Amino acid sequence: MGNPMKIRAAVKEGVTEVKILMQHEMETGLRKDADGTLVPAWFITEVKAEHQGRTVMEAQFGQSISKNPYLLFRFKGGAEGEKIKISWVDTKGDTREDEVAIVV
Amino acid sequence: MINMERRALLKTGGGIGLFALFSAVGLLKPGLAMADWNKSAFSAKNLDEALTAMGVNKPEVNDVFIQLTVPEIAENGAIVPVKVVSTYPNVERISILVEKNPNVLAANFIFPQGTEPMLTTRVKMGQTCSVIALVKADGKYYRSSKEVKVTAGGCGG
Repeated sequence: MGNPMKIRAAVKEGVTEVKILMQHEMETGLRKDADGTLVPAWFITEVKAEHQGRTVMEAQFGQSISKNPYLLFRFKGGAEGEKIKISWVDTKGDTREDEVAIVV
Repeated sequence: MINMERRALLKTGGGIGLFALFSAVGLLKPGLAMADWNKSAFSAKNLDEALTAMGVNKPEVNDVFIQLTVPEIAENGAIVPVKVVSTYPNVERISILVEKNPNVLAANFIFPQGTEPMLTTRVKMGQTCSVIALVKADGKYYRSSKEVKVTAGGCGG
């Protein structure tokens, strides 16, 4: 199980803005460690955002996304207290799912 | 370690053993039914290869309907903020590509109805090159690109 995400979802004038900070190394597979050994690739491949069970955004990542990926997006709708669920899966098949309530 | 998981799954999986095995060793877990992760596009070593793998043929350049915001100079190539806003109607997808990275395609973002065609994220850049935003709207592809000068690459080690 991956490390927890930091998620903030705030609604303003009928639009909910979601900010996500994932905790992940996002290893490219091209980096060498201190001993000169190649560090194998290990990165998040897919991210999904759901609002009350409806998918509001999906993302597919490659190696070029920064370590601890950050993502901001907006969707129409959302109300205070409603749930936003974010989930991801990485190249090792590890997953993480976190949920927050929308704030005003 | 993987073998242990396989054994455990095969034991408990019973009749659905094969399916469970493939889901366990593959990229997708049950319950996370997402659009297909395009391996050939994400492994592409140059821009043409990536576009071909994505099924994109000569996207029209448009800097008006696609606003790409990147820093002119990135002091740290490991964290380069990228913002894309598109004003095309019916945007289905926005992709971000980094022209000279070992893996050109950084990400695809899929926008269902009701989600605004915009996003902000951060990418790694190995060297000075163009960042490209590729927008799919109404089944057609459009692109906009901007150069980012990288003073310290983000892929070293």
